Amino acid sequence: MSSPGLFIVKAGYLDVLAQKDSVIHRLDPRVKLLTTLLFIVTVVSFDKYHLSALLPFGVFPIVLIVLGGLPAGYILNRVLWIWPFAILIGIFNPLLDRQVLLHLGSLDISGGWVSFISIQVRFFLTVSAAFVLVAATGFNTLCLAFNKLGVPSIFVIQLLFLYRYTFVLADEAGRMVRAWQLRTPLRKAMTVNTFTLVLGSLFLRAVARAERIYQAMCCRCFDGTFHPAYRLKWKMADSLFLIACILFLVFFRFMRPVTWLGEFVTGMFS
Amino acid sequence: MHMADALISPAVGGTFWLISTGLVGYSCRKVKAALSDSKVPLMGVVGAFVFAAQMINFTVPGTGSSGHLGGGLILAILLGPWAGFLVMTSVLTVQALFFADGGLLALGCNIFNLGFWTCFVAYPLVYKKIASLPLKSSFFWAAMLSSVAGLQLGAFSVVLQTVLSGVSELPFVTFVAAMQPIHLAIGIVEGFVTAGVVAFVVRAQPQLLETPGLMAAAKPASTKLVVMTLMIAAVVVGGAVSWFASAYPDGLEWSMSKTSGTEELDAPDHPVYSHLTDLQAQTAFLPDYGFKERPSPQADKNSQRWPAVNAGTTVSGLVGGLLTLTLAFGIGFLLKLAKKHSTASAA
Amino acid sequence: MSHHIIQAQGLHFVYPDGTPGLKGVAFRITHGESVALVGANGAGKSTLLLHLNGCLLPTQGSLRVGDLPVTAKTRAAIRRTVGMVFQDSDDQLFMPTVFEDVAFGPMNLGLGPEHTEPLVRQALERVEAWHLKDRPPYRLSVGEKRRVAIASVLAMSPDILVMDEPSSGLDPRSRRELIELLKTFEHTKIIATHDLDLALQSCPRTMILNAGTIQADGPSAAIFSQDDVLLQSRLEKPLLLRACPRCGAKPQF
Repeated sequence: MSSPGLFIVKAGYLDVLAQKDSVIHRLDPRVKLLTTLLFIVTVVSFDKYHLSALLPFGVFPIVLIVLGGLPAGYILNRVLWIWPFAILIGIFNPLLDRQVLLHLGSLDISGGWVSFISIQVRFFLTVSAAFVLVAATGFNTLCLAFNKLGVPSIFVIQLLFLYRYTFVLADEAGRMVRAWQLRTPLRKAMTVNTFTLVLGSLFLRAVARAERIYQAMCCRCFDGTFHPAYRLKWKMADSLFLIACILFLVFFRFMRPVTWLGEFVTGMFS
Repeated sequence: MHMADALISPAVGGTFWLISTGLVGYSCRKVKAALSDSKVPLMGVVGAFVFAAQMINFTVPGTGSSGHLGGGLILAILLGPWAGFLVMTSVLTVQALFFADGGLLALGCNIFNLGFWTCFVAYPLVYKKIASLPLKSSFFWAAMLSSVAGLQLGAFSVVLQTVLSGVSELPFVTFVAAMQPIHLAIGIVEGFVTAGVVAFVVRAQPQLLETPGLMAAAKPASTKLVVMTLMIAAVVVGGAVSWFASAYPDGLEWSMSKTSGTEELDAPDHPVYSHLTDLQAQTAFLPDYGFKERPSPQADKNSQRWPAVNAGTTVSGLVGGLLTLTLAFGIGFLLKLAKKHSTASAA
Repeated sequence: MSHHIIQAQGLHFVYPDGTPGLKGVAFRITHGESVALVGANGAGKSTLLLHLNGCLLPTQGSLRVGDLPVTAKTRAAIRRTVGMVFQDSDDQLFMPTVFEDVAFGPMNLGLGPEHTEPLVRQALERVEAWHLKDRPPYRLSVGEKRRVAIASVLAMSPDILVMDEPSSGLDPRSRRELIELLKTFEHTKIIATHDLDLALQSCPRTMILNAGTIQADGPSAAIFSQDDVLLQSRLEKPLLLRACPRCGAKPQF
């Protein structure tokens, strides 16, 4: 049986990684958020038949993983875990687009297969970049960055609360599921009726908890505004990192270093 | 279903990011005006509740497969549309960051598909209307029909976004024909769950749903907001599509000249112009639908027309790509070695 | 100076759904006293505690903390003198990290980050939890959470400490350490608990609450020796006051 509590803690391991100290961890969260978004936009801006031009973008997550001292195996594991979804959404392309696009020796490759592989490459690049962002920044620091970049405080605060109490409620939900399971050993999943009852009482508990939390906040003189205990400082290193990333993205997006390199190498052998 | 980064074009992703950010900003203003501070922890904890609820599987009646809760509608009913929308947005944000459900660029689309339709359309226009009817089971049908409506609209916008992005080959009609019935089934199940949970809450603590601050914010301006958002979405998407569509012929010409290796255009003897077309083609955010046009067999024989690309170019492209990827791993490996070395010497 | 005196007179409270919570509670607690508030489940302990810093306001009767009556207007000021430690530490530790959580109160008092830091450090060192400062609260043990929750209240330098079930969920060793810790505080303390041994060890005075009224009020050892009162209030004699079950030796307390 999968335990929601355990599951969420496993996912939360990304956040544990964020407590490490490295060149990447020390960067301002805003710069990491911006470069990651730029990276994703650049990757998906290639049209669907582009394949070779996408590959060098792998440098971005790989370098961040190494400089950030992040466990590549864990991140790859997380990416692979949801890979089936990407296969599912791409699988129609080879079936529907049979126009031959490439000839590799005697092998004819259809446009559908090229775009299928392109979707998979995009998937690996965008998903690993997002995981690296969280693992090198941490959710709370990211929220601070959202706030600094103009997201309203009220949204950011309840987002922080959501994250904090996901661990508590997932644990509660896990206990309820276990209690149900122990008395219903022959079933794999709840019936809709049981499910609504469990959900209903979980909701009432959540509301009661929210009330107690609000009381606890009031007891410590909460007056409606939040004062973050940490401040963000934009440093020289942040500007340099941003510029380096933009140069990297522009170079690989608009120049054709891959083609040059390929032509150079194939030229040597022919 | 979540939209994914791998399926989306920057124009579609960006447009829905803008729309969703606007809605979040507007909802924040509404929530701030209508609710007391005490509702901020409530929103967060209820968001955590949706999260926890999504991890519990239940049996879908009659099929034996298992499903889980979506959440948008139930949030709108329990917290009101503005707070509900913000909480749904938060749930999707955490999913995008920690589970890569969807993705960062697709987040705007997902917020729109799963939050906007349920909180600002299905809730005020279907749920509230039916729930206020003086029927015995009006409440059940309100939950059921609004849940179905919300999911149908959401599924339809997934189809639109996918087709507009053009990364997937799925044709519009086939995709719609697959998505809508699947989401009808999901909607009915979700309707049962929503009705059940809300009925449970009403029985146990009726005052929870009658908090004036929460419900008062539900009524006015909702229809206006829906119409306005849809209009903005239509104008922006339409504008983006037509702009890129008009840019596309240049792109085709450019790629033709590139692949055939001959300049067939008159203009490019002016370097600035050729550079601009080049850039324009490179930045063509929407894929060129023209590429899907199947070249006639005759044209195929001529073999100089796109997309039957010269094999030599492609092979060198692939070789180059694989080499850079290897280089990328090499860089990673070297960096790691260097780091190990420096820590070893420091110790 | 009546600064830290807590005085209740004819305190009544009825919940919005009509359930009576308190039915005429009266007491006076003076500066520096440690008072245990005991009673069965549903006797009204938590309801009374929530009045002490204005989370709930009396339906009838009055409650004064220091020089101020507890009303909607004064509760902000009262919350600066009354520190409340909640039963479920998860409700109290809502900020992302331990440091931020302990800093939450001082920051709300308008102190800047540079003034907050030493206060946070002092409070966390007081409960021997400074090493936990960067941890998120959900990665702490129950005992650690309780310490941090206490620190988050200490950081506001309250004069009066109010605690709801401080020993619940703690393992024997953590419970022992908590009792030792409580003994070192010089604040006026009001501790609601089911742990009568804790009450006996850390509070010279005990009030027994039963069905919304005060059943008994006096020196702890004397109160816990009245078997009939304990029986009526669904309580049992603390182990420290019982004879040894093996050798029959009389209690030392």
